[in-house]
Amino acid sequence: MAAAGFYRPDGTEPNAVSQSATTGTASAQLGRSRGSLGDKLFAGAATTSGVLVLVLLGAIIVSLFIGAWPAFRAFGLAFVTTADWDPVQNVFGAAVSVYGTIITSVTALLLAVPLAFGIAFYLTEIAPPLVRRPIGTAIELLAAVPSIIYGMWGFFVIVPFMADYVQPHVIDAFDGVPVLQDVFAGPPFGTGLFTAALILAVMVIPFIAATMRDVFMTVPAVYKESAYGVGCTTWEVMRSVVFPYTRASVVGGVMLGLGRALGETMAVTFVIGNSNRISGNLFGSGNTIASLVALEFGESEAGSLKLSSLLALGFILFVISFIVLAISRLLLRQVKA
Amino acid sequence: MSATTMSGFPARDLRVAGQLSRSRKRRNRVAKVLCVVATIIALGFLASIIFTLLRLGIGGLSLTVFTTVTKPAGGNGGLLNPIAGSLIQTAIGALIGTPVGILVGTYLAEYARGSLLGNAVRFVSDVLLSAPSILIGLFVYALLVNGRGYSGIAGSLSLAVIVIPIVVRTTEDMLRLIPISLREAAVALGAPKWKAIVLICYRAALDGIATGVLLAVARIAGETAPLLFTSLGNDNWSLSLDKPMSSLPLAIYKYAGSPADDWVQLAWVGAMLITFGVLTLNIIARVALRPRR
Repeated sequence: MAAAGFYRPDGTEPNAVSQSATTGTASAQLGRSRGSLGDKLFAGAATTSGVLVLVLLGAIIVSLFIGAWPAFRAFGLAFVTTADWDPVQNVFGAAVSVYGTIITSVTALLLAVPLAFGIAFYLTEIAPPLVRRPIGTAIELLAAVPSIIYGMWGFFVIVPFMADYVQPHVIDAFDGVPVLQDVFAGPPFGTGLFTAALILAVMVIPFIAATMRDVFMTVPAVYKESAYGVGCTTWEVMRSVVFPYTRASVVGGVMLGLGRALGETMAVTFVIGNSNRISGNLFGSGNTIASLVALEFGESEAGSLKLSSLLALGFILFVISFIVLAISRLLLRQVKA
Repeated sequence: MSATTMSGFPARDLRVAGQLSRSRKRRNRVAKVLCVVATIIALGFLASIIFTLLRLGIGGLSLTVFTTVTKPAGGNGGLLNPIAGSLIQTAIGALIGTPVGILVGTYLAEYARGSLLGNAVRFVSDVLLSAPSILIGLFVYALLVNGRGYSGIAGSLSLAVIVIPIVVRTTEDMLRLIPISLREAAVALGAPKWKAIVLICYRAALDGIATGVLLAVARIAGETAPLLFTSLGNDNWSLSLDKPMSSLPLAIYKYAGSPADDWVQLAWVGAMLITFGVLTLNIIARVALRPRR
């Protein structure tokens, strides 16, 4: 196999081996005569831009923290555990919106992950080759629809649908069932935590499905063919070969979806009901960090404790999503490399 | 060996084997059907969104939408200033973000392969790619708006911050696909490294880089949350970058929640325009400029 490379007419194989040495010395020698200044400028510009990205991240953290400092100083760590959001008494806390953010995002993942897995499985193993691309592109278009459009669609289509067909029946169905009757309870207005989670699920499905599809593609064909060769069905190949091989990256894709769901703003603002209370049931209204910031921002004076509290919420959201996205990247990098 | 055991199976074992085989096949069929259903559900969501936009948006489409500025409810206004504002802020955002993104992508692909700084830049850029856009808005607010007032340029800059990681990702991916032999050929002709990158690699990766830029434009054209804290929105005709500036997503946000019927109608028209614009850009980027592999 290696020998075949040496006889290839374009000779890419042997050259590729020595490329770093060749380019390095050649450009160094030529550089002194003509391109030296241009090379230095270009390398400098590229490196500076790279560093700029790091500075950008640092600036986001620092500026949010500085803006949030008055709130952190006034409330201390209790800011995270306080459930009040009272502009009249000037008492602010993040507990309700952090709760809403986590509940909606996790519920969204519970809805989105099975669907995304099914789509990825369909696109890699089941679909006829001819329709794979169009259907894959259509799923990706779902990710391109702007957040605010999801909000309007959710508010004008999904909310009435939930109020008329889903919530009353679900509440009836679980009536008398322990635990579940409390989870699926609340006013059947159509809005609320569950509707927000449903919209979020639709929004993150394309991200999770696309990541899963890409990592499923990395499974060497030999592994799958071996399994088919001993008589496995498509599903058994998926469950016993493809999934174990890609498990870490699949989790990475799910975390990527979680990171997206945590910070979604406009879509959630339209459908969550926007009330600042912790609702134990999924049909009750609530808010998320992002929806609270978007709604309250316009009514906050510059320099007020309220504005600082909103920036503090932003800082908390940044920390949560940074951790989630960082884990996602680390898990996804293992397969890419 | 297998031939003798096969014939030696008692009837009961053969029956069990038959049941097992049938149940495995049934399970396989159920799994496949569920996957098809999952795909149909997702496609159904997309169809529902497009259908809803057409159903509620197309009725309000008229020339006045493009020729009249926003007016108070009932005033027969249009969307001229939001459309102009969106075009301006999206264009400036893309013009600022694209060169930076391409340079960072170049740094990652051509200069920083394997280096510690390069890995850190790639990691941070990938995290920023998925970071909540509302935080970008808060960041630009804290940096530029607080104390100075809302402005179109602040909105444009927040969009530029969103553009950068998208362009970085595609630029780096595309440059990595360029064969080493192209770079060597350029260097062999005496070109310095920067010329090899700019004249040879960029040209070879042009389709892919253009795809990234188009996707970035499509993404920021529909962004609402970051503009909320930076350019605020403006009901009057204004093209100056140091004043609050209108934009389609902000107008949609304001109108969709209003009780006035004509405002809600305008919101649907705006939503339809922006969604079909964004989807068209995406289709062009994904189909027409598809990288050849």
